Amino acid sequence: MGTFALSLSNMAAVFKKQLKDTFKNKTVLIQFIMLPVLTLIMNDAIRVEGMPEHFFINLFATMYTGMAPLTGIAAVIAEEKEKNTLRVLRMSNVKPYEYLLGIGGYIWLACMAGASVICAAGSFKTGEAAAFLAVMAAGILISLLVGAAIGIWSKNQMMATSIVLPVMMIFSFLPMLSMFNEDIARVAKFTYTEQVRILLLQTASAHIGIGDIGIILGNVILFITLFALAYKKCGLE
Amino acid sequence: MNNAITVENVSLRFAEKTILNQVTFHVQEGEIFGLLGPSGAGKTTLIKILTGQHRQDSGYAELLKKDTRKLGVREHEQIGTMMDSLGLYDRLSAYDNLLFYAEICHVGRSRITDLLKSIGLYESRRVAVSKLSKGMKNRLSLARALLNDAKILFLDEPACGLDPATTQEIHRVLRRQREKGKTIFLTTHNMFEAQSLCDHVALLSKGSIIEYGKPADICKKYNHTDELRMTLKDGKTLSLKNGSASALLMKELLEKEAIQTIHSTEPTLEDVFIELTGRGLD
Repeated sequence: MGTFALSLSNMAAVFKKQLKDTFKNKTVLIQFIMLPVLTLIMNDAIRVEGMPEHFFINLFATMYTGMAPLTGIAAVIAEEKEKNTLRVLRMSNVKPYEYLLGIGGYIWLACMAGASVICAAGSFKTGEAAAFLAVMAAGILISLLVGAAIGIWSKNQMMATSIVLPVMMIFSFLPMLSMFNEDIARVAKFTYTEQVRILLLQTASAHIGIGDIGIILGNVILFITLFALAYKKCGLE
Repeated sequence: MNNAITVENVSLRFAEKTILNQVTFHVQEGEIFGLLGPSGAGKTTLIKILTGQHRQDSGYAELLKKDTRKLGVREHEQIGTMMDSLGLYDRLSAYDNLLFYAEICHVGRSRITDLLKSIGLYESRRVAVSKLSKGMKNRLSLARALLNDAKILFLDEPACGLDPATTQEIHRVLRRQREKGKTIFLTTHNMFEAQSLCDHVALLSKGSIIEYGKPADICKKYNHTDELRMTLKDGKTLSLKNGSASALLMKELLEKEAIQTIHSTEPTLEDVFIELTGRGLD
């Protein structure tokens, strides 16, 4: 019978390696900082009569949730598979879950740093800010599941990119389009990113609907299943 | 001398194709063992089986007295690997690549410095791997394999495509490891590498071991003519049986200083391979 022993030092080593690598990997780095910077600029520069409060904050926060973690983790895992660094790691006694927790933890924290910048741009009260970050944290976690499943499924970076692109478009742009089209909104409401957008709107009123959380939980179960299937079929080899 | 590796009747098929067929050999502790064969012969697959990355369909393989299908953390700590795809992080520096694995293997930073110096990469330690030459990358990958001071090193084509100077440098490092008592299992399709470096070799063709033994013994075994071939200074060539019957004529030629070159007809490992399979090692 296998044993589940988690080495924190292995996870920390993976985390530190990824931190160093990110600063030299412009493709991943830009994913983490582009939307937070854009939020700061747009929120400050554009004021339109009748525009809802925190319009750009909520819009970009939702897009960030569906974009940065998903593309980030898929790119990292696919690259490691393609360049066989994962195989060497496995030979060095790093367990798959230690690797995934190290990489996932790093990308989650990097994205939360970006989410904090977006949140700061909104000048929320403390309670609102905490709720905003909690919703973002949950959304980023689900995106990490989706991205990790794609990274594991893909044989190389090109394959990962070709899968990530349409998936990312759906999750990051549907919430935006749903604001302007009711038909799209009817479909989009079943995605976690649309629910993240709705929940972010509700953080100010401190009223969060149970139905919305039900859809998010449904998404979580769906993507955990997809992740498990991808891992069972392809593993980290 | 104990066996570090034992392989008995190991077979593996993949999609109706035989990858390994009843492979049997052993590797003694503290020796350099060469698995010699052309690309696609099954060398890398065998390394993967021996290091627990793959499972054979049948037969038995043992590493440090443990079934390779049941290798655990303790056994993996005793293994250093350098695979054909080097598995280095391109954007990180040579030093950071080793530091990452040093943290995983709980090895101190002084060991990294020592290794970088011993493989001649200390001056380039801050250079990103993507900017290193192929030879430097190979040496870095070898350093990573040596990092945890493992008992057994698995090296997949360690000097493939390298210039002679880098190849010699790598051979020097490997000999030093043997002197320290390490067991080295290397695959190669370079007959000179195998002949000059290995204590024992096995020739692998289409998944089967076709010859096994000491390089010199194998070459001697297939030296069917056992002659000395000479080119004389006047351009003529001469073949003499290697024995006392040729001693007088040989002495005479030497006294006359008539000999330009003299060679044994002993075959190289590649000659043996061609004789056994009808094809070369490349």
